[in-house]
Amino acid sequence: MHFKYNIHFDFMKHSKKFMLFSIIVTLLGVVFLSTEGLNRGVDFKAGTTLDINAGKTIEQAKAKEIITAAGLPTGIITPGGERVSIRFDKVLSQDEVTKIKQGFVTTYGSKVSLEENTVDTSLAQELATKAIYVVLIASVFIMIYVAIRFEWRYAIAAIVALLHDVFFVISIFSIFHLEVNLTFVAAILTIVGYSINDTIVIFDRIRENMRFAKIKTYDDLKHVVNVSVSQTFTRSINTVLTVLVGATLLFIQGGQSIHLFSLAMMIGLLCGAYSSILIASPLWAMMKKNSLNKGRKAAVAKS
Amino acid sequence: MDKKKFVTFLVTIILILAVVAGTTPYIIKHVRLGLDLKGGFEILYEAKPLEAGQSVTPASLKETARSLEDRVNAAGVSEPEITTEGTNRIRVRIAGVANQAEVRKTLKEPARLTFRNSAGNIVMDGSDFVPNAAKVVFDQYNQPIITIEVKDKAKFAKVTKELTGQPMSINLDEKQLGAPVVQGEMTQGKAQITGYSLEAAKNIRDTINLGALPLQLAEKYTNAVDATLGKQSMNNTLLAGGIAFVLILLFMAFFYRIPGLVACVSLIIFTWLLLVVYMLLNATLTLPGIAAFILGIGMAVDANIITYERIKEEIRSGKTIMSGFRAGSKNSFRTVMDSNLTTIIAAAVLFALGIGTIKGFALTLIFSILVSLFTNLLLSRLLLQMLIKSGAVNKPVYFGVREDEIHAL
Repeated sequence: MHFKYNIHFDFMKHSKKFMLFSIIVTLLGVVFLSTEGLNRGVDFKAGTTLDINAGKTIEQAKAKEIITAAGLPTGIITPGGERVSIRFDKVLSQDEVTKIKQGFVTTYGSKVSLEENTVDTSLAQELATKAIYVVLIASVFIMIYVAIRFEWRYAIAAIVALLHDVFFVISIFSIFHLEVNLTFVAAILTIVGYSINDTIVIFDRIRENMRFAKIKTYDDLKHVVNVSVSQTFTRSINTVLTVLVGATLLFIQGGQSIHLFSLAMMIGLLCGAYSSILIASPLWAMMKKNSLNKGRKAAVAKS
Repeated sequence: MDKKKFVTFLVTIILILAVVAGTTPYIIKHVRLGLDLKGGFEILYEAKPLEAGQSVTPASLKETARSLEDRVNAAGVSEPEITTEGTNRIRVRIAGVANQAEVRKTLKEPARLTFRNSAGNIVMDGSDFVPNAAKVVFDQYNQPIITIEVKDKAKFAKVTKELTGQPMSINLDEKQLGAPVVQGEMTQGKAQITGYSLEAAKNIRDTINLGALPLQLAEKYTNAVDATLGKQSMNNTLLAGGIAFVLILLFMAFFYRIPGLVACVSLIIFTWLLLVVYMLLNATLTLPGIAAFILGIGMAVDANIITYERIKEEIRSGKTIMSGFRAGSKNSFRTVMDSNLTTIIAAAVLFALGIGTIKGFALTLIFSILVSLFTNLLLSRLLLQMLIKSGAVNKPVYFGVREDEIHAL
């Protein structure tokens, strides 16, 4: 068997539609983020999360009973068969955690095992601020690197695509009210890495093709972008596929924290491939067009 | 076909795979697992002075961390990681501890400095000393002397009078730091302790200063994992990783044929080498670390895909296998470098601003990219070059290129 992706697609032709689509999605994200906000986990909101595995299915009602018996507010219980995750807005003391564990042990037997995650209020605040800084600082450094290795237009287009991806994933988490924790920040940063990786591979090809191309009109520019994207298309699809395989398996197999991590990764991966091809590259061409016009005007003025 | 070269190639591959297969069990056994994989807990403490109006000094924070370590060691736990952070924080990471609750309780209690007589009775404790007054000075023979100062001269005089000629032991919690012999009654409220090496003298000084001003520890962040749950997470993640790895290998071999097989070998070496790096650096492998590991494999695969796509392209444009390989390798090198370096930048920022578990993730990502550049840019290429030079793969179809795709030059 032999297959190859035949590309006879004018990526630039529909670029405006895709950009419009992305802008609408981004605006939707802004609306959701400002009204719904994010479902912040204990890492960013203080409190205690208990992950309990009993070795057999835990009924939500029973879990509630156990917690009430321990004299605590029920918190938010995420059922998951043998494994439940309970979140308390208040920081539990060690004794309270022991009490709850005891409760589960009496109901479900000694196979009960537990993970506790507690974050104090001031630290949660600090982590949240730090997380935002990390993403911004990383973006700035990446932009500087790309601006040095390529040129500023590439850097701007790459960062727009990058922030688009990051924002898209954050929006999805806001819309579906998925919990955001420190591992989510790790996922976002991996997305940053992949997104930029994807964009750079295409830009590298554009840069190379530009060296031999005689660009006179915007159509020539569009042609270079189309050719470059086509040439790297097989690679884009293959790489996304392989990483997607890893992320999907982690999603199916992993525990609660890995679960959300891999979900963010999957969304980010697809989004990264989309934005590199349909946002970053056309955006670069549009910026480059302006320099073409300027160049021609200057030439006309001279003559 | 040059049989000699081809045999050399095969032998090299077999040797490499044999080394990998032979050493892997040993390596896996010796990679340090994090608490989320084998149970344990991580706590970030914030230290406050026990008495109001005092402040936390770098010395007292370090001393508190050391006393925590002593206590953990006393509980029989191996390899605790205890580090100070910023001006007033201590992070404790303990993996594989059975009586978690007990250890956590003892950790939270402030360090207690006591002075005891030979019968083991407490004659003085930390609160009897003037805060931060213990110092290390040198006598005329350049020997270190610890000078101490107490608050209550009368009490000190009484104690020293009773213990004259006898040893008075200095203890932090239950650990004895030294037992100097009392030379006589001391009425000035000051004393000198001699006969210790500089290192030991400094230790005793810090302990006394801390004992006079013990720090109260509050838990700011706690992550505690029961051993069974940790093991389960590890097995799940490893299973996911294992399946993904096999699928990726199959994909590479299927899609890129002969070079794909070479990529499989280099991916196996990549994974092995990353484990070796972990073992040698004694770094702790955590759950986010494994996630980064699997993603690192993705990056490594990408490096191969970029190269092979490029080689295919060059062959399609009419070049011979050898010159297609050369041009493809050369042209893809820059692409791989640029894309990997940008990811390293992101990971480095993550590591530098490191917050808790994220640090482990960032570190693995950095390691994996560096190892990937070595195995997939250097090693994989060398192997492929050996193979091509042997002349065993002289048809484009071995690279996944059909004859009818090739344009005339």
